[in-house]
Amino acid sequence: MRVALFATCLVDTVVPQVAMATARLLERLGHEVVVPPGQACCGQVHVNTGYRREAVPVVANHVRAFAGARRAGVEAVVAPSGSCVASIRHQQAAVLRRAGEHGLAAEAEALAGRTYELSQFLVDVLGVTDVGACYPHRVTYHPTCHSLRLLRVGDRPLRLLRAVRGLELVELPRAEQCCGFGGTFAVKNADTSTAMLTDKMADVLSTRAEVCTAGDASCLLHIGGGLSRLRSGTRTVHLAEILASTGDTVSPGQGTAPAVPA
Amino acid sequence: MSAVFLGLPTAPAGVGHLRGDRPFPAAARDALRDGQLRANLGRATATIRAKRAAVVGEVPDWEALRQAGAGVKRATLARLDEHLLELEARVTERGGTVHWARDAAEANAVVTGLVRATGAGEVVKVKSMATQEIGLNEALAAAGVTAHETDLAELIVQLGEDTPSHILVPAIHRNRAEIREVFARTMPQFAGPGDAGDLTDDPRRLAMAARAHLRERFLRAKVAISGANFAVAETGTLAVVESEGNGRMCLTLPDTLITVMGIEKLVPTWRDLEVFLQLLPRSSTGERMNPYTSLWTGVTPGDGPQEFHLVLLDNGRTAVLADEVGREALHCIRCSACLNVCPVYERTGGHAYGSVYPGPIGAVLSPQLTGVEDNASLPYASSLCGACYDACPVAIDIPSILVHLRGEHVEAVARERRRPTPEALAFRALARVMSHPRLWRAAQRAAGLGRFLARGRPTLPAALPPPASAWTRTRDLPAPPARSFVQQWTREHGA
Ligand code: SF4
Repeated sequence: MRVALFATCLVDTVVPQVAMATARLLERLGHEVVVPPGQACCGQVHVNTGYRREAVPVVANHVRAFAGARRAGVEAVVAPSGSCVASIRHQQAAVLRRAGEHGLAAEAEALAGRTYELSQFLVDVLGVTDVGACYPHRVTYHPTCHSLRLLRVGDRPLRLLRAVRGLELVELPRAEQCCGFGGTFAVKNADTSTAMLTDKMADVLSTRAEVCTAGDASCLLHIGGGLSRLRSGTRTVHLAEILASTGDTVSPGQGTAPAVPA
Repeated sequence: MSAVFLGLPTAPAGVGHLRGDRPFPAAARDALRDGQLRANLGRATATIRAKRAAVVGEVPDWEALRQAGAGVKRATLARLDEHLLELEARVTERGGTVHWARDAAEANAVVTGLVRATGAGEVVKVKSMATQEIGLNEALAAAGVTAHETDLAELIVQLGEDTPSHILVPAIHRNRAEIREVFARTMPQFAGPGDAGDLTDDPRRLAMAARAHLRERFLRAKVAISGANFAVAETGTLAVVESEGNGRMCLTLPDTLITVMGIEKLVPTWRDLEVFLQLLPRSSTGERMNPYTSLWTGVTPGDGPQEFHLVLLDNGRTAVLADEVGREALHCIRCSACLNVCPVYERTGGHAYGSVYPGPIGAVLSPQLTGVEDNASLPYASSLCGACYDACPVAIDIPSILVHLRGEHVEAVARERRRPTPEALAFRALARVMSHPRLWRAAQRAAGLGRFLARGRPTLPAALPPPASAWTRTRDLPAPPARSFVQQWTREHGA
């Protein structure tokens, strides 16, 4: 299958290794990956902070970049982010329609129907749970809110993780509690965000996992940034990186937060 | 003649309790520092969450019931005017009197006038959010009338000269020891023999003390004031659901009953009521059925209050109804499930929201009732995690309303100011960059230079200027990579 990769603005700029891992994984599974060079951002940050008018050209750029890929024979768009896919599915068309961009809105809707979060794409579209990965580490999984409640990815990431060789999966207590990231919430309400993060980190550390993983780089930057500040020795690694690992390619420095010696 | 439509009136300032005196982040900061508060809230919300999850989980058609609740509310609000007139006609037929109050001030004036006309110097009150919203107790006090709260938790709040912090459990921020202290101080006569010394913090002892205190008031009260959970338009019947039976005392013993009800509380028929009587107790107290459901229709000669007044309160509700996205907030049946599951509420408590409506529903309702600029920080008091939407028994999409209100706020600010705020400028610039791939690549390259700030370490220094400091005060930021993913990919594969 010919698949377009939407890296998302955050992954593209801050943690490119997550997008690279996604591409390698899809290629390893025998698919052709294309990366539309015009891609930037889905517009979620603007919309969720209240800048819906300013979001219009950002959303339009996204739709144009991927509509082009679709015309070039791409069957699906995959992104390593539950949150951005949720925004593509639930916000983009509405933002465009509100601005009177009805043609683009229709295009956005068509695109939304073919845009998938990584774990949904693997399990539902490709029908695989064992992606041939090997990752010999003790790992806990945090279900990010938008994957959980907007996309309903359910246990797909867990099924994928259970099939990874060498991986010891430990359950995260109170897993479904928000980590406190919330986009600009992390800055506008930094104290509340930090209080939520503190509890999430305590739960993560209680599992004595080496790695906390999730399907959203944004939440992982927040959790990982906190864990790194604590010099806890537990690091965050995106689900895509784990699934792309074949054992020999794991470098301890990988992940959405820097590894800090315990 | 042409007129400019200025929008429907919102709840007036200076009366009632819908506005805080500080923005949410500042109020939250103080609450977060209070370790006792966080412990009390964490414990209480965890308990009630588990209870709710258990009883909701055992209903096989919960989702269908929830959609039915949402559907009934939607249909009712679409013809609210007709239903309200029907309610008025039926209540009047059955010997009640209906009063229409545009806002808090009018409602307070009506109720105060009615109480004064009876000559009573005190009233007993059923727990009610509407009367908290309009600040009725203060209005009565100003007219020389003492209002006695009879709901146990409201009583704790009133005796402690505190303010409620939860819709259902107004004293949720207090633990048993603190409650014992309030009781021992304010009603020593019921504390037991001795110098209030042997009142323990045993829940039963505390409840018995409150019971003795309240009994006296029930028996001498001539006037009661209540809110209403529901009103059935087809028969003019009012409904109050509760756990303690104290509400039932107020609704049946006094000669005069005055009910203050928000105009959105009605349902057209008894069949509709059936849906909500299933949804409400499971969502609010985590019970299959609430212990007391009191229903009354006008006046029944020789039985219960012989004078009944219904005050229908707008106070900004029509303005909410006019907003296509925001109107869903009027579906709320005040069960408080969204508060109990909210990770923000759990940490900050209710007072930080500055309004009698705290938590997720408060964050969408208060700014709409007052006009978003009077509560501008509330739509941002959420991480948009969506737990509230999942828990809400009438499927109010609170996160979407929050995002909508953020948009309304940003646009209101843009209209009012001649110069854009620094935030607006930043978002505009970002939008420009993010909609022009070439500018975006250049910006990414510039961001990549930030790695030199890290001087070879994996993270950036913690001491960055604002607004980055709001992040780096508690969280490290990784040093940016030399090349973005797309740059790297095009290098390897060609454009
Ligand atoms: S918004 Fe929904 S969950 Fe929250 S109090 Fe109202 S009915 Fe209950």
